[in-house]
Formats: sequence, structure tokens, C-alpha cells
Amino acid sequence: MELTRRDALAALAAGGVAVGTGALLEGNPFADGRGASSTDAAPEERMASLLAVAEVVYPTELSGVEEFVRTYALGRVEERPDYREGMVEALDTLDEYSKSWFDDDFRALDAETRATLLDQMGVDTASPAPEGADADRVRYYLVNELLYALYSSPTGGKLVGIENPQGHPGGATSYQRGPREGGDSR
Amino acid sequence: MTDRTPSEGADVCIVGAGPAGALAAHRLAEEGHDVVILEAGERFDFEDRQRRMERAIRPAHGPLSVWEMGGERDRFSSAGEWFYPLNAARVKGVGGTTLHWQGMVMRFHEEDFASWPIDYDDLRPYYAEAERALGVAGAADNPYAPPRDEPYPLPAFPPSYSDSIFAEACERLGVTMHSVPNARNSEGYDDRSACVGYGTCKPVCPSGAKYSADHHVEKAEESGVRVVTRAPVQRLEHDDAGERVTAAVYATPDGETHRQAAREFVLAAGGVEIPRLLLLSKSEEYPDGLANSSGAVGRYFMDHLFAGSGGTLDTETRQNHVGFITSECHQFYDDPTRGTEGSAGGVPEWSGEKEEPKPDSIKLEFLNYAGPSPVEMALTGEEFGDDLLDTLREGYGNSIAMGGLVGQRPRKENRITLDSSTTDDHGNPVPEIHWRVDARTKSSLRRANEIQHRILDELGVDVSWTVGPESTGPAFHHMGTTRMGSNSEESVVNAQLRTHDLANLSVASSSVFRTSGALNPTLTIAALSLKMADHVDERL
Ligand SMILES: Cc1cc2nc3c(=O)[nH]c(=O)nc-3n(C[C@H](O)[C@H](O)[C@H](O)COP(=O)(O)OP(=O)(O)OC[C@H]3O[C@@H](n4cnc5c(N)ncnc54)[C@H](O)[C@@H]3O)c2cc1C
Ligand code: SF4
Repeated sequence: MELTRRDALAALAAGGVAVGTGALLEGNPFADGRGASSTDAAPEERMASLLAVAEVVYPTELSGVEEFVRTYALGRVEERPDYREGMVEALDTLDEYSKSWFDDDFRALDAETRATLLDQMGVDTASPAPEGADADRVRYYLVNELLYALYSSPTGGKLVGIENPQGHPGGATSYQRGPREGGDSR
Repeated sequence: MTDRTPSEGADVCIVGAGPAGALAAHRLAEEGHDVVILEAGERFDFEDRQRRMERAIRPAHGPLSVWEMGGERDRFSSAGEWFYPLNAARVKGVGGTTLHWQGMVMRFHEEDFASWPIDYDDLRPYYAEAERALGVAGAADNPYAPPRDEPYPLPAFPPSYSDSIFAEACERLGVTMHSVPNARNSEGYDDRSACVGYGTCKPVCPSGAKYSADHHVEKAEESGVRVVTRAPVQRLEHDDAGERVTAAVYATPDGETHRQAAREFVLAAGGVEIPRLLLLSKSEEYPDGLANSSGAVGRYFMDHLFAGSGGTLDTETRQNHVGFITSECHQFYDDPTRGTEGSAGGVPEWSGEKEEPKPDSIKLEFLNYAGPSPVEMALTGEEFGDDLLDTLREGYGNSIAMGGLVGQRPRKENRITLDSSTTDDHGNPVPEIHWRVDARTKSSLRRANEIQHRILDELGVDVSWTVGPESTGPAFHHMGTTRMGSNSEESVVNAQLRTHDLANLSVASSSVFRTSGALNPTLTIAALSLKMADHVDERL
């Protein structure tokens, strides 16, 4: 199933970001370093790391992930430097663990090793918290950030069987439709 | 800087900016009076609603953080047999608890007024006005509802797909389903958008389609009302004779204390803070608390309790598209013991044992938000990628459930008192809640479960959970703590909602309810508030 720009905009709207059409497309949320204290990784590397997280937490049958994540992440941090800082620090934390356990940056690991790393860090069972321990912050700023974006969007909902998931303003008619008319793609 | 000094020459001072305070303020201002509202909480920016919705969905943020409930300001004690989670039950801010509420709004049935000093007909025109004010979407398809003269201001929301699954089983059992009156726009109304299906009505509707009282606060302000936010009233002062309130003493964030004088005072601070404020305002003339010659202030605290049950079916049920319900049933309201007859038998009569009290009124609901929401499951899951998706697909899709409410009878020992061993951020004793669920309430809950199980069985549901007598909790409707009555020895306010003791002090709240019924209270609160405003207007 393909994620679209519309999904990204819908997911952004669910987080309170009102996006004018055409305002955002190809940007990099980490491009100008605004608010980012650490200078370890270049902006494009950070973006690559975020995409590497998406590759682990998103199902394989999705396409269009890169544009979706880029658009979403850019919108999320655009006017929230503190939030960008939180994401950057969580990405740095991920690299620190990755370097000490696997001698390389997170984005350089293969998908399976990345999944192992998240498990070993305890991100799978962590309690997401913006001010929490390492695993809690990674869960909050990276993993749950991406999962919220996906599963509150129409396409993410459709993957599961609900075209109007919580958080998405998909109108007041979908609840009236039965499964066959409902556009369930399974 | 925000001016939080008192208003000069105010006619009316209202304490609290929830629906009761907002509607009264708007009405009195429209009548040309000079009105000031003192509100303990802050004003929440509408622009932030989507971010609040995200807080509601994402597990990192506690449910209380959505509307900034709790903390020092909202400390309380729970001393009864059952714990009472007060901070989940109310919001302090412009709009009050309707920011968080679900928005189901029914008129009480005629029988509900049996022991009140007013009856359904006294409230009937006010109910109609309240429905227009809140923008109620409804249909006159409920054969058990009290009589009404006018259509609802908005058409009812059509039934959900899952209602249609229930409909067949209910038909076979002789159980009548009908629409739910919702304070929620089925079409654009009163400058607010139609529902767009965010599905998070409780605790936050980002579109503004769900009515919340901040809307009437704004209208009131347009009519000239002044609202002072973050101004918790600490106590009320009265004249030497103890006949009239002279001022509301309130605190402001800069540490100052001010006195707001007015000709009339209205308490609209909710069913727990109103009795607390009266108890905090004790004086030489009123050693047991202001307006408390009867000793009834704080007593007869009642709430509704939830009864529900659900499970899974082997077909898709399409839950969680919207966050509200579209069908309910009042068939077991006036006589909960009755059985029904349908083509497949029916719901049997109440199975009560001799020593069990007879159940009181029951309202039944057919839920549209049963079972897990995929996005919430994903955020709390312990898997990622394809494994997570598999789990979501397995978990979502075929849940179905019923809910319902039962009420409590007024009991003296269920009450709000002051706990002097604990204080809030201003050094005031916190409210202490003494609450227990008695045998009759348990009978009503058991009866609700009995009916629900019969319907779910008929449907072929694999029932996996039941919330009943031993495992239920309150519905967050605080009633009874300043009850109305014609006898000043056993009630706090009269039929005009004015305190028996003080000639210029009125109460607008479910705290004046004498009995609880089993229907959500806010439409009745709104109707009473408009009626009270008329009486205040007559006196001014
Ligand atoms: C989760 C939930 C769901 C609900 N669902 C429904 C529903 O579907 N249908 C229904 O009918 N009802 C529902 N309710 C109940 C409904 O919200 C209340 O009945 C209604 O809001 C009460 O209105 P009110 O104006 O009396 O009090 P509130 O809305 O509680 O407003 C009181 C205001 O007074 C202020 N205040 C308190 N103390 C002071 C003080 N000392 N000085 C100054 N200001 C003060 C508070 O800050 C608050 O803003 C629900 C409640 C909850 C919590
Ligand atoms: S479903 Fe609820 S939250 Fe969504 S727009 Fe409608 S009323 Fe608002």
C-alpha cells in the first residue's frame, strides 16, 4: 500500500500542524540545525537515521515511506525547536548505542540488526516519555512519533481495516458504512 | 498584563465558567445586566486542540494532562468505602468539564421529578431553550422519552453500522433501539463546524463540533460579560444580618486577594466545589457553613455508575470511526424489572432474590467505540514492523459492546466534607469525598448486566468482559450536594434555586438535583441554569 503526501498532511493535522497546500514537500527537518545542540551528524544523515527507524517500525508492504516521513517530520518540527531538539538527541542516542554495540551508526546497520538494537535497548517495552531514560525518549521521539503518524493517517488506518482512524478527520459517514462498502482493502 | 481586579458596580457575580455559569451569564447579560464571572482555571486556546488530541491518543501523556487537571490546585481526599477519582471527573478552565465530556444530552423523564419541588412541565420550555443553546442533534423516535413540542434543532446522527448489527438481535428480543440526543453538530450550527469524525470526542474535539461551554462564555463576553480567569474564589462574605452575600473573595496568580461585590451571586462551580466553597465560607452566623442551616450542604452526594459488557463477533463491526454513540434504549428506565417479548423470546423479567432491593432506572447504550483503537494499540505495542501490523489486524475489527448508566438514591452519609489535614495551593482544606455503592445500586447494575448479556448472547457475541456491581466506577456526574426543596430544614435551595438562607445567593448545578435518575445530567443543568437566571433577572 502506498503512503501519499495526503497521508503526511493528514498525520500532521492530527498533531495540530496546519499545513498550507504546497508549503512543504522535499525539505529536511534537520537542515539548518536550528535548535540542534549536537553537531555529530550532518542533516542528511539524521534524516537517513529517521528513515532507518521507519524501516524497522513500519510494515514492509508500505511504499512511499521516504516522502511521507520527510514531509511529516518537517511539519512537526517547523515551529517547534524544542521538539526538533528532542528528536535530534534521540537520534544521537541511537547512534551512541549503535556505535558501542555494533561499531557503526544506526543508519548503517542492516534492518535486522537495527531491530535487534531497538529490542536490546528495551525500546519495545519502554514507556514513552519525552524526559525519560534513553529507551523511553527513543520510543517517544522516534518510534511512537512515526507510529502515530502512520496509524492516524488514512492509509495507515486502511492497512488495519479502518479508513477513518482516531485522530483523522475522515468525516461522519464512514461509521455508517458496512464492511463491504467500507473500502477495507484486506 | 491581564487585569484581574474586581469589576465596579457589578449586578451579578458568577462563580465558575462551565455550562451552568456560561449560560446564566449570557442570559443575564442579554437582559442588560452587568455580569462578572470568576473562573478558577485558565482559558485554553482553541488553536491547541489538535495538540491536546495528540496528548489524548499518545500514551506518554497522562489523561489528566489533556486539560491540565490535578496537581496542588486540585488536591482531594477520598474517604468512602469506594475510592472516588475526582480529578478524572472535572475540568477547571473556561468551558469547565464540557471540554472533556462526551456530550450525550437527554431530558429527564417525568417520573424523575417525583420528589422535586418543580416538575417536568416547569422545565419543559427551558429544556427546549437548552437544546437550542447546545445545538442538540436528535430525533423524536424515543417512545419512552417525555413529551416535547418542538423538533430538535439539528437532525439526529444516522445510526452506525454496528447499530444495525444490534438492531436485528434487539428486534428478535422485543427491545427498542432509538437515537441518542447529542450536543454535537450533525450539520454546521451556531458558527461551529459539523462533526468531521476525529473520534476523540472524550476528552477533546478538535473541530469544535462537540458543544463545550467555552462557546457560551465567548457569546457572553460578546454581550458584555467580563471573565476573570485564574481567579479561584476562596470564600463568600455576608452582611451582619447574615441575609445577603456581599462579596466573593478570590485569589489571583500574582498572590493578591480581591473582593468582588455584586447585588446577586450565583454559584456554578460544579457539584463538589460548590458545597466546598459554602463549607469554607463558614461564619459566626453560619458555623456549619454558609447557607447551611439545614445541614444538607455537602450531603446526599450521588453519581451515576457505568454498567457494560462486550466481546467479539466473527464479523467486522466497524468500531472507532467516531467517538460518540448513535443508539440507546430507555425501555428499562421507568420499569427496569420488566421483561420483553420478541420472536426469539425476550429479555426475562428481573431475576432478583427476595432480599435484593428492586433495581432503579437503567439507560442502555450501544457503543461505537468498542474494543481497541489501532493507533492506541500501535503506540503501546511491544512489536514493530510486520509483526505489529499482524497484531493490529488480529486485535482490531470485530469487537462489539454495550454500555449503560444506573443512578443512586440520595443518602445522607454519601457526602462532601472538608479535609483539614490536606490543603490546596491556597492553603484551603481540600474536599473529602465519602462515597459508597449501596445494595440497591448494585441491584440496578446487576439488572443492567442481565439485559446486556441477553442481547449480546442473542447476537452470538463471545463475551469477554463485563463491568458490573463489583468492578464499576462513577460516570462523573456530581449531584445532590446542595439539594433543592420547599422545606428549608432539609434542603439548601428553593424551587427558584435560591438558597433558603441568603436572599441573593443562587446555585446553578446538578448539586441541586434531589434524585439522580439514570440520564446524563447536563441538559437538565442547562435548563435549570436558564430558569435560575430568569429568577435572578426578576429580582434585579
Ligand atoms: C469524562 C466525562 C464525560 C461526561 N459526559 C457527559 C455526557 O455525555 N453528558 C452529560 O450530560 N454530562 C457529561 N459529563 C458531565 C458534565 O461534564 C457536567 O455535568 C457539566 O460539565 C457540569 O457543568 P457545571 O457548569 O455545573 O460544572 P463544570 O463544568 O464542572 O464547571 C465548573 C467550573 O467552575 C470552576 N470553579 C470550581 N471551583 C471554583 C472556585 N472556587 N472559583 C472559581 N471557579 C471555580 C471550575 O474551574 C469549572 O470551570 C461528563 C463528565 C466527564 C468528566
Ligand atoms: S467525532 Fe467527536 S471529536 Fe470528532 S469531530 Fe465529531 S464530535 Fe468532534
